[in-house]
Amino acid sequence: MTMRNLLLAVNGRDHHVWAAPSASLLDVLHDELGLADVRYGCGEGVCGTCTVLLDGDPVSACLMLAVQAVGHQVVTLQGLMRPGGAMHPIQECFLRLGASQCGFCTPGMVLTALDLVRRCGRPTRDEIRYALVGNLCRCTGYTKILDAVEEYAAVAEPPGGESAAP
Amino acid sequence: MVSAPFDYVAVGSYDEAVHQLARFGDDAKIIAGGQSLLPMLNLRLAKPAVLIDINGADQREPSVEGDLLRLPALTRHRTLLEHRLVRRHCPLVADAVRYVGNVRVRNRGTIGGSLAHADPAAEIGSCALVLGAQALTRGGGGQRVVPVRDLFVTYLTTALDQSEVITDVLIPVIRPRQGWSFQEMVRRTSDFAIVAVAARVDLDEQADFVASAEVALAGVTDRVVLAAPELLAGLAGTAACEETVAGVAAAIAESVDPSSDVQASGDYRRRLVRVLSTRALREAFGRATGAAA
Repeated sequence: MTMRNLLLAVNGRDHHVWAAPSASLLDVLHDELGLADVRYGCGEGVCGTCTVLLDGDPVSACLMLAVQAVGHQVVTLQGLMRPGGAMHPIQECFLRLGASQCGFCTPGMVLTALDLVRRCGRPTRDEIRYALVGNLCRCTGYTKILDAVEEYAAVAEPPGGESAAP
Repeated sequence: MVSAPFDYVAVGSYDEAVHQLARFGDDAKIIAGGQSLLPMLNLRLAKPAVLIDINGADQREPSVEGDLLRLPALTRHRTLLEHRLVRRHCPLVADAVRYVGNVRVRNRGTIGGSLAHADPAAEIGSCALVLGAQALTRGGGGQRVVPVRDLFVTYLTTALDQSEVITDVLIPVIRPRQGWSFQEMVRRTSDFAIVAVAARVDLDEQADFVASAEVALAGVTDRVVLAAPELLAGLAGTAACEETVAGVAAAIAESVDPSSDVQASGDYRRRLVRVLSTRALREAFGRATGAAA
């Protein structure tokens, strides 16, 4: 298959990359753009480790073709970083509450939780569980992740507020 | 688990999609949300030579026309879950979509894609069956209307022609004195249904007794199916008391012969059909009387 030159908008920057038409967005972000925070877990959209925001909505990068992301805004965990390299407040909550152990699932957890809080404001614990059901963690037992998301929701501004936006 | 290589064509209209389908024949697959197709490609369960991407074919939003809710085939599950018109006019669909996949699946997956994929455990397909939905399609022979009850043939197989694509799904809006229910059993939220039951109950004009009822089953055979009308006939003219519903649900359960797999035994599935049908019919009747009050 002929390689194509794609213009991808990732974390606020434009990137020209060469990719096969069948290349997944995950492969291009991870292997071509070197974004180690977008991770291969299952390749079936089940585990959530390749979660990215596509025009603000969480999607599985393993279940999108790179060519399908042309014309859209892609944000990965690194795109949340504040000027000067400071962490996003939700990352501080994860760190403070021990919601990350090996860290493999953390980018997907953070992006999915951020989308939830942006939409719901103050989700209940059940709503957090429901939103994060597609993000598997094999270390924490989830409790500390729920704690971290609850704490972030408590400090984040209401939906539409600036601090909750990625 | 990486897919075999394939080519990719993005189309700007359904006419173009039909043209490309005719051009590539059996080597082509349509991609909409891709949440079922791409796992199959990544697992190499399918190896199409080319994907035809219809995401740019249509920008329409859900709309109500007379007593029909028109859902463009590219309507995403998240839209079904949240859209004002869907929640108001087809609450069964909005409710059932909660059980579909995870948040990422719902952000990409589409109603047309779900129907065309024809998974035998599909929530959306079962709702479309009990509500009497129709699929509007475009193909080599032009447009046609396919009642969803004629759509599903067997596992992942529909009655659509090779160069035919679903463009719209038309669902009758909820009527006065109509109730609905969706019941699903899963080990973990977001899993495929072990068994799911969708029910619709319409009351007579006095809103006292059942005028008609429909039950669809997911996870029991090679496609989502409606329970045979004669199994539900016993409900008509009754007030759906506990005993009547129990009898009907038992008859529905007796009518199916689910197979066993790693998720559940056939016997367990048959038991679920009875229990979930009971709950669904009772809840649908309750909602119908509530709506009439």
